[in-house]
Amino acid sequence: MSTSSTPLASALALRQKARRRREALTAYTFLLPYLFIFLVFTVFSIGYAFYLSFTRYNLLSPPQWWGLEGYRRVLCIESWFPRPENAPKPVCDDLFIRKALPNTFKYTAIVVPTQTLISLILAFAMDQKIRFRRLFRTIFYLPSVTSSVVISLIFVWLFSPLGVINQIFHLKINWLNDPRYAFYTIMMVNIFTTSGTLMLIFLAGLQDIPTALYEAAAIDGANKLQIFRYITIPMLRPVIFFVVTVGVIGCFQVFDQIYVMTAGGPLDSTTTIAYLIYKWAFRDTTVKMGQASALAFILALIIFVVTMLQRRVIEGSGTVGQ
Amino acid sequence: MTILTQARPRPLSLSDRLILWYDRFKTPLFYLILILWAIVCLAPLYFTLVFSLKPVANAYDPPLFWPIPFTLDNFRDVIGALPLFPRWLLNSLIVSLTVTILRVLFCAMGGYAFARMDFPLKGVLFNAMLVSMMIPGQVTLIPAFLVVGPGIIRGGLKIGDITLPTGFGLIDNLGGVILPGIVTAFGIFMMTQFYKSLPRELEEAAMMDGLGRWGIFFRIVLPLSQTQLLTLALLTFQGEWNAFMWPLVILRTPENFTLPLGLNWFRGEYYTLISKVLAGSLFNTLPILILFFLFQRYFVQSIAGTGLKEG
Repeated sequence: MSTSSTPLASALALRQKARRRREALTAYTFLLPYLFIFLVFTVFSIGYAFYLSFTRYNLLSPPQWWGLEGYRRVLCIESWFPRPENAPKPVCDDLFIRKALPNTFKYTAIVVPTQTLISLILAFAMDQKIRFRRLFRTIFYLPSVTSSVVISLIFVWLFSPLGVINQIFHLKINWLNDPRYAFYTIMMVNIFTTSGTLMLIFLAGLQDIPTALYEAAAIDGANKLQIFRYITIPMLRPVIFFVVTVGVIGCFQVFDQIYVMTAGGPLDSTTTIAYLIYKWAFRDTTVKMGQASALAFILALIIFVVTMLQRRVIEGSGTVGQ
Repeated sequence: MTILTQARPRPLSLSDRLILWYDRFKTPLFYLILILWAIVCLAPLYFTLVFSLKPVANAYDPPLFWPIPFTLDNFRDVIGALPLFPRWLLNSLIVSLTVTILRVLFCAMGGYAFARMDFPLKGVLFNAMLVSMMIPGQVTLIPAFLVVGPGIIRGGLKIGDITLPTGFGLIDNLGGVILPGIVTAFGIFMMTQFYKSLPRELEEAAMMDGLGRWGIFFRIVLPLSQTQLLTLALLTFQGEWNAFMWPLVILRTPENFTLPLGLNWFRGEYYTLISKVLAGSLFNTLPILILFFLFQRYFVQSIAGTGLKEG
C-alpha cells in the first residue's frame, strides 16, 4: 500500500511498519504464558481427545484405531431396539445408557429448579427492607466457600445411620447405602451448597432493576402482583437464564460430591456421566481411555444442546426482555 | 346505573385479597424464610464443631447439641499426632499460593495485551478463548493427564538418535497440579474487560515520557488494577484450595496429597476416627473463612459482577 513517491513518506511508512511489528512482538510476549497453556491444554488436548475417542487405549499399549466402536459401545444403539431371537448379544458398556444418562437428567431436573427457586425466594426476601442483611448474606454464602470435599465429608457423617439427621428426626434410614435415598441425599447437598451463590447473583440482578420502572408502574396503577409479573420477572430474565445455565452445566459435571459420598454406588444408583468418565479413564482395573473420551464428547454435545434449547425456552417465552 | 354500582362495596377479587394478605404478613414471612435458611446453612458446621470437640469414645452419645464431655484432643491429634496432616496443609498452601500468584500475573499480562495492543490474529485468538470457556473440563481431562504425566507416546518420541519426551513427567508431583492452572481463559477475559474500561490517558502520558510497554504495565497498569487483581486472586485461591478432581488424577502417594485429598483418604483409612476427620475438615475450612470475612466485598462483587458479564 505504502509505495509513495517521496523518500520521506516511505521512510515514515517503514518506521510505522517497524513499530507495528515491535508492538506485535511485545503483545505476543505478554500473551506467551497463555498461548503455551492454550495450545497445550486446549487446542492440542481437544484434538487429541477427539482422536482418542476413535481408539481403544488402556495406557499399557499405544492407542489402537477402532473407528466408531467406542461410541457404539457407549451408546449401545442395538439395545434401543428389540433384539431378534437368538441374535448375539451386542458387546456394550451400557452403564451410560442404563444408569449415567437417566441419572444425570434426573439430577439436573430436580436440582436446577429447586436451587433456582430457593435462591430466587432468598434474593427476593433479601431485597426488602431487612435488618442484618450483611449477616444473612455472609451466612448464606458460607456453604459456597467451603470445599466440596469437606461439605461432602460432613454430610456423609450427618447422614450416617447413627448420624445427627437420623437422631434428630428419629429415623432409621441408611441414607447413602440405600439406592432409594442415596441420590436424593447428594442432590440435597448440592442444592445446599449452590443456593447461596445463586442468591447473590439474583440479588445483584434485582438491585439492578431501575426504581424508576417500579415508580412508573405504580403511577399507572399496577398492583404488586402485576408489577412482579410485568416488571420484575421480565427484567430478571437474563439473570434467570444465566443462573439456570450455570446450574445445568454444574449439574452435568457434578463429580466431587459423588466421588466422596458414594463413589457411584450403591448399585450404580448415583453414577453420573462425569463420574463415569472418571471411572472408565482412571478407576476401572483395565482403564478405557478411548471410550471415556468418546463419552466426554457426548457429554459436551449434551451440554451444548441443552443450553441452546434452554436459551430458546427462556428468551422465546412471554414478554420482551431488556 | 353507575351511581348504583358504586354505592355497593365491590367484593374483593382474589388477587386483591392476596395482596392484602401479602402486605400484612410479608415482613415476618421474609424474616422466617431468611432465618430458616440461615439455620440450614449453619447447622452442618455447628454440628461438625460440636462433634470434633467431643472425645472419640463418646462420639455418638447424647447430648447432640453441646460438646459434653469437652476435649481438644482431636484438634491436638490432627496437628501433632498425625504427621501427614501438616504435610497436606503445606502442600495445599504451596499449590494454592503458586497458582494464585502466577495466574494473577499472567492473566493481567494477557488481558492487557488484548485490551491495549494490536497484533495479528488478535480477533481469532480472543474468540477462540471465549469458545474454549464453553468446553467442559471432562473433554480435556485425559489428554491433560497424559501431557502432564506419562506423555502422549510412551518412552518418548524417537527422531533418529534423540528421544523427545512427550509429557512433563509430573505424576505424583505438586508441579503437575499447578501447571495447567497458571493461567485461565476466564481470568484473561475478566482482565481484558477491566482494562478496556480503564482510561488510557495515564498510559499515554507515560508513553510520552518514554516508558516502554513493560514499564507502563508494571509501574502504572498493575497498581491501577489492584482491586480487580485481588478479586481474581481470591477466586483463584478459593478454587485451588478446594480443588479435588485434578489433584486426584495427578497425586498418588499420601505424602504428596493436598488437604481435600488427604481428608478423603484419611476418612477411608480410619473410618472410626471420624471426629478427627471432622476436626481436620474445620482446618481446611478455616483459611477460606478468614479470607472471606476479610474480603467479603470482593467475593460478593466477583460473584455478582463477573458472573453476570460472563453470561
